[in-house]
Amino acid sequence: MKGMPSTPEGRRLNRKHLTRLVIPWAILVIIIEPFIWFVLRNHLPPGHMTDSATGIQFDEAVVTMTGSPIVLGVLMYFGYAVTVWRVPRNAPLEDGPPIRSNIAVQAAWIAITSTIVMSMFVFGTYELVVPAGSGGGEGPTPIWTPATHKILPIQVIGQQWRWTYRYPTFGGFETDALVIPNNTEIAFHVTSLDVIHDFWAYQLGVKADANPQVDNVAFTKTQHTGRFVVRCDELCGVWHGAMYNYGQVVTPSQFMAWATSTEKKLAPMTKTLPPVNYAGYTPSANGAAGGYYPAIDPFSKVEETAVPNGKAVEDTSALRRTNPSQRAGAGSTTTKTPTGTIKKPTTPPVTNTSGKVG
Amino acid sequence: MAISATASAGLGQTGGPAPGAASPARGSRLNVGTAFAGAVLGYLFGHWLGNAIVSGDLYEVAFNTSTNNVAIFLALLFGVVGWLAGIGALNYPIAKIMGKEAPAEIPEEGWARFLKFTLDHKVVGIQYVVGVLMFFFTGGLIAMAIRTELLNPTSHIFGPNIYIQLVSEHGSIMMMMATSIVVGPLGNFLVPLMIGSRRMAFPRVEALSFWVFISGLMVILTAFPLGGFQTGWTGYAPLQEQSSGGMDSYLMGFGVIGTGMILAGFNMAVSIITYRAPGMRWSRLPIFAWSMLGTAGLLTLATPVLFAGVYMGALDRTAQTALFVNAHGGSSFLWENLFWFFGHPEVYIMALPGFGIAAELLPVFTRKPLFAYRVGAAGMIGVGLLSFFVWQHHLFQSGINPDMRPMFMLTTELISIPTGFIYLVGMGTLWRAKIRLELPMLFVLALYFNFLFGGITGVYLSDVPINVQVHGSFFVMAHFHYTIMGGLVFAFFGGLYYWLPRMTGSMMNETLGRIHFWMMFIFFNLTFFPLFIVGLLGMPRRVFEYAPRLQTLNDISSISSYLLGFSFVVFTINLVWTQFISPKPAPPNPWNSKGLEWTMPTPLPFHNFSRIPVILSDPYRYGEPDALPVADFGEIAAATSSTHEGLAGAQPTSSGTEEV
Repeated sequence: MKGMPSTPEGRRLNRKHLTRLVIPWAILVIIIEPFIWFVLRNHLPPGHMTDSATGIQFDEAVVTMTGSPIVLGVLMYFGYAVTVWRVPRNAPLEDGPPIRSNIAVQAAWIAITSTIVMSMFVFGTYELVVPAGSGGGEGPTPIWTPATHKILPIQVIGQQWRWTYRYPTFGGFETDALVIPNNTEIAFHVTSLDVIHDFWAYQLGVKADANPQVDNVAFTKTQHTGRFVVRCDELCGVWHGAMYNYGQVVTPSQFMAWATSTEKKLAPMTKTLPPVNYAGYTPSANGAAGGYYPAIDPFSKVEETAVPNGKAVEDTSALRRTNPSQRAGAGSTTTKTPTGTIKKPTTPPVTNTSGKVG
Repeated sequence: MAISATASAGLGQTGGPAPGAASPARGSRLNVGTAFAGAVLGYLFGHWLGNAIVSGDLYEVAFNTSTNNVAIFLALLFGVVGWLAGIGALNYPIAKIMGKEAPAEIPEEGWARFLKFTLDHKVVGIQYVVGVLMFFFTGGLIAMAIRTELLNPTSHIFGPNIYIQLVSEHGSIMMMMATSIVVGPLGNFLVPLMIGSRRMAFPRVEALSFWVFISGLMVILTAFPLGGFQTGWTGYAPLQEQSSGGMDSYLMGFGVIGTGMILAGFNMAVSIITYRAPGMRWSRLPIFAWSMLGTAGLLTLATPVLFAGVYMGALDRTAQTALFVNAHGGSSFLWENLFWFFGHPEVYIMALPGFGIAAELLPVFTRKPLFAYRVGAAGMIGVGLLSFFVWQHHLFQSGINPDMRPMFMLTTELISIPTGFIYLVGMGTLWRAKIRLELPMLFVLALYFNFLFGGITGVYLSDVPINVQVHGSFFVMAHFHYTIMGGLVFAFFGGLYYWLPRMTGSMMNETLGRIHFWMMFIFFNLTFFPLFIVGLLGMPRRVFEYAPRLQTLNDISSISSYLLGFSFVVFTINLVWTQFISPKPAPPNPWNSKGLEWTMPTPLPFHNFSRIPVILSDPYRYGEPDALPVADFGEIAAATSSTHEGLAGAQPTSSGTEEV
């Protein structure tokens, strides 16, 4: 500690400045912390529609309460320093006290920051593990799973540039309306047909990358009914910004009514779909992997896969993943837009959740 | 030298004529003009070669694309080689390979030397200043175009394809720029002066790194005419595979820039380790040199992984391998991991130099020694080491390795400890200081202000549950703009205002500088702070449409971004006016610094030191009237040769005085 002026005058100044800094800081912290907890917390995104959303909201509040005193303290320190220790720019050059180090301050600094970091780590790990991965994608073999066995599986399929959903426990029908029951554990099996997408159900507090050929599972438990938005959160090409739709949390009885009727209604189309396969779809001769890697001869299988019944073609999802040449052949359901070929959305029976909005 | 520049440049790889004897009066006649000619010829040759290897028809049938990516890659590769040949970077190695005498490299005077391949680190430093500003302003204009598109949630100015190309170009150009913004200009110029060396360890490599760096800007800009790339700067596969021809420019561009980064990095590391003057112990090394050392280590060790990644991407796109294609046995996770294994250390390549500048400038403007110098140096090296163990926090939601998430959360949060040391150093130095709010000091204080928000939001991102909410949203985007722009770019401009008098001998205008600072500071915060909120409210990155309720915040950001852009017009006017049109000679040590780089005459002698100084002390001896000067240029040794008192602390072997 050579150079540290441990003169009585120096010590007195240290004490004076420290007091002037710490007391207002402590007062402000005492005001701010309850404000964050009691006022701000309930307004933090993403709300509390599910247990993972509630968990995220709680974590945000805790991290904000941990970080705020630090941010406040540093800002106050810099503000104080610039105000109190500033000398006019035209003042004669004068050096400050040659304080090169202070073991106590340094040790305290390292100890405090390390303690905060370690507690954040323990807290974060607990919050990750206990609510079954906190809504994040856990890959094909999740290690943190809900305690219950009553889990509704839903396969989320991303493709350029839309989301569709399959309900394996209801015959595997596929819609582009995401309807889920309230008070239920849901397992989203997220996969992609072409490039990497990211399933972000904002109000549900669920986010999982959709990788081709990969089953990425995310759990959440619904707590409130209502509408939520689903956005693609990983850049997936030109129309990434337009890749979003809406979903709905409904009561379990409403859900059962919707699911069984939809299953019945879509049964003819479901028959034409490949069986539900969580690990994604393997490419086949009819290009059922998004059509980006077409088969060697893209025309050879057209006869076999096309649905002969013209009426069924009207709104079937069977042709969704066929390659462009087939789509052009099928004709009636496709429309040319600046985005390329877009299929007519299937209208699900639950009217207020229908299809893509915008 | 008497060679036909274009002839040698066009087929540079096949061997330009061995350089003859240079005329003694001038150096190489090759300059940026011949380099352009070489680049064009190389490009055309490569394109022809690519088409000759893979004819268009065959390519279309075999690879199901109308673009001959082989031709694009070869065109870009030979374009870069032609550029390097045209500037004369290959003369020396070719002459040596041919067994001939190397061409003489005459130090030049005048403006022409700034347009040539030169071995003088001071010229390379100034070339780099212009180079990074070219990158920065190009990227900045594109950024303003992005913000223009986002003025309205639904009506469009560019449309989604152009928009995503702009986003991708902005990210790539700025990332390329940020890797070199301090190491290139200030590092190359100042490190030899600070460590008491006459040059960098490998002057030819240093010059090569600059010309490679500049060619990277041209390569990445060729993406626009080739159809752009729609992947963002992260270039995720398999989107990479389906992107248009501009993707080749991206892969080639990062390959080229990566080469430049590796070259610049090991040159810097070797210089600092081996070219220190006698007496320049590790405990006397300026903190800026410590930050350069840490950065150089990251550049050298992380960039090869990026190089491997873009090489594999290029194979996927040309030789039709499927390294990143899941459906054909590859893995999209492979690119993500390779990219971020480079990408995260790169984040600290962009942070450390800013810390170094801040810590170097603080003692000068507080008139106090640097507080906790050793902790600061340890923090920089610690950040560098830890940064290799955190990359999967970019992949928290990707579905890979859920069991590793707590570990990556821990390593990520641990980084905040050594990063916090920078605040310890800064706050300790400010304690009871005599703070002089000169222009560079304002930038340093702004760095501490901005980085505070950038750093604390990093804690949110590192927490896996909160990451579910903020990953891939505008929150992330605001976070890294606060760290890179709010930290590094502010530090760079502060450093430029501080060291330009040293580099060029002319002061910048104070009033314009203050206007620049305040505009930049205020509008930087107004541009990026709303984006934290926008991200929390659910706006993903890189979208051209967003919820109408977020329009007000986006408009605040967009309008502020124009004014932020305008602040750099003020800076440019200042730079051009005070450095070119009406230079105002700077006093030899305008800031009364004790740094070694300020002890030399202006203009700097060609070889920096006529006599290598003996370092007696670290450069932070403020408030110690009895302290030894930072270095002995011979006077003290002469005066005290009988007693050797003056050199008590100077000999590397002697125990000397202990500083910290």
